[in-house]
Amino acid sequence: MRPDLEIIADLVNPGARVLDLGCGEGDLLAHLQEQKRVNGYGLDVGADNITTCVRKGVNVIEQDLDEGLDNFPDDSFDMVVMTETLQSVRLPGRMLEEMLRIGQECIVTFPNFGHWRSRLYLALKGRMPMARHLPHTWYETPNIHLCTFKDFERLVREKGLRIIERFVVSADHFNRPLMNLFPNLFGSIAFYRLGRPGSGNA
Amino acid sequence: MGTQAQSSEPVGSVGIVVPETFRFEEAFALQCGETLDGFELVYETYGELNARRSNAVLICHALSGNHHAAGFHAESDTKPGWWDTCIGPGKAVDTDRFHVVALNNLGGCHGSTGPASSNTATGKPFGADFPIVTAEDWVRSQALLADHLGIERFAAVVGGSLGGMQAMQWAIDFPDRVRAAVLIACAAKLSAQNIAFNEIARQAIMSDPEYKSGNYRSTDTNPDQGLGLARMIGHVTYLSHDGMGQKFGRELKFGDMSRARDVEFQVESYLRYQGQSFSRRFDANTYLLMTRALDFFDPAARFDDDLVAALREATAGFLVLSFTSDWRFAPARSKEIVDALIAARKNVVSAVIESEHGHDSFLMPLPRYVEVFRTYMNRLADEAEGDVAPETPGAA
Repeated sequence: MRPDLEIIADLVNPGARVLDLGCGEGDLLAHLQEQKRVNGYGLDVGADNITTCVRKGVNVIEQDLDEGLDNFPDDSFDMVVMTETLQSVRLPGRMLEEMLRIGQECIVTFPNFGHWRSRLYLALKGRMPMARHLPHTWYETPNIHLCTFKDFERLVREKGLRIIERFVVSADHFNRPLMNLFPNLFGSIAFYRLGRPGSGNA
Repeated sequence: MGTQAQSSEPVGSVGIVVPETFRFEEAFALQCGETLDGFELVYETYGELNARRSNAVLICHALSGNHHAAGFHAESDTKPGWWDTCIGPGKAVDTDRFHVVALNNLGGCHGSTGPASSNTATGKPFGADFPIVTAEDWVRSQALLADHLGIERFAAVVGGSLGGMQAMQWAIDFPDRVRAAVLIACAAKLSAQNIAFNEIARQAIMSDPEYKSGNYRSTDTNPDQGLGLARMIGHVTYLSHDGMGQKFGRELKFGDMSRARDVEFQVESYLRYQGQSFSRRFDANTYLLMTRALDFFDPAARFDDDLVAALREATAGFLVLSFTSDWRFAPARSKEIVDALIAARKNVVSAVIESEHGHDSFLMPLPRYVEVFRTYMNRLADEAEGDVAPETPGAA
């Protein structure tokens, strides 16, 4: 079992209505459908991804996230998920607001640009960092809005949103002790579970 | 029950097919309030019905379609059925796995009861007196055909354009009889602009002096001009600006202006040919009926115009496909259906296929279109054969 899917599955209630933004090949939704009997939908624009989702029996809708999510009414989902996609959308701040308009809660994961390897890479080589979780050159990367965990948490505060839970893991999705002590230095990927301002406890 | 004759056709063709006729002997009340004294439907089938009777697929035709969806009627036929690109062994609707039923709808002009049929009350052809038929009437008549064929539940009801509308109606009206509905280049109802194009087409027919108020058969005439013109209008709306530009450009028929005749541009010659050949093979009264059925289609109407409420009736899964250059049934119209399906908590898959062929794209073997369609259908076939469990039903 892919550990990242397991982490998210633990955060989703059985039978929930789940919207997965940038669902890729549909692994998460297939997993949630099987394990949690969710009523799930995924959005993606990749032709091959869509065909793969169809093959798996995942509800996939061809829709470009950057063209907006106006077609989804307020409160139409229990949970809106976005895994490793936030850094590639045009307006990440607006996207977070949209996710918490459509869903009661959301889960966001993204790669940490503040990881010590990135910092060292930039400091020593003087070039844009590339790593296992950041494999693209600067001119070909879809990641147009890379940030650190600290940057993200500042955005969340500015938007008045609430962090309900946070998991920090390595590029292979395992948690090690140092990451919890110094997440912004030793964590590669973070899973944030976010709620609306003033919403009840998790 | 298969009407498929054995022959050594090339791979991908169902080969030579023989149409059959289903006769319903009882009175059939129509939505408009009139009653038909029984009716006949002409149909074809391709592929074998399995022992569990779980692999039947119904193909619903669009405005000018008929029962001849795939294969050939004779060795000498130059053209196969209208959706041969997608129906056959190994194709998107794989006849090695599915038992496919295609029919000519009530009101049609290819053998099923329609305006050209004899009215038992008068002994003359119905002509313009043939009652208005709706998608709901069609679906009920198709259900009677399914009863006749021993098909309790279709693995899929499939259609493009007006055919997709019937598939949607099936899912709403007979939720227990449809496992999946495939809606291609479809809409939940026509826009005013769309109805306007249909009205121009109807006026073209009715203003032809040969139309004779719809009784042209009794006078042995035919409104060729009007029907041809109606087809020309329709045809332009089924193509796209770029598609026409690529196909015809501004090419002159005779090379230069000095040799110009009545027909000057290639596109004129093409449209005239389309119009003329259509008026030879289609019936004007049927064209009027079919466009009316399109205009009136609105399954949400009896649910207080709430499409979500209408689709809540369905238990089927849905595949919704649209094409980027289709402006007659634009991707935005498919999106409305998809959004309503999500709100109704139905299983739905949707793709927007890049194509320059406009509304006609649904008849073309576009690689990505066929791939998504085939993948969806193959999963249904696996399920019909018992290889995979049905996908998670909607939470509704």
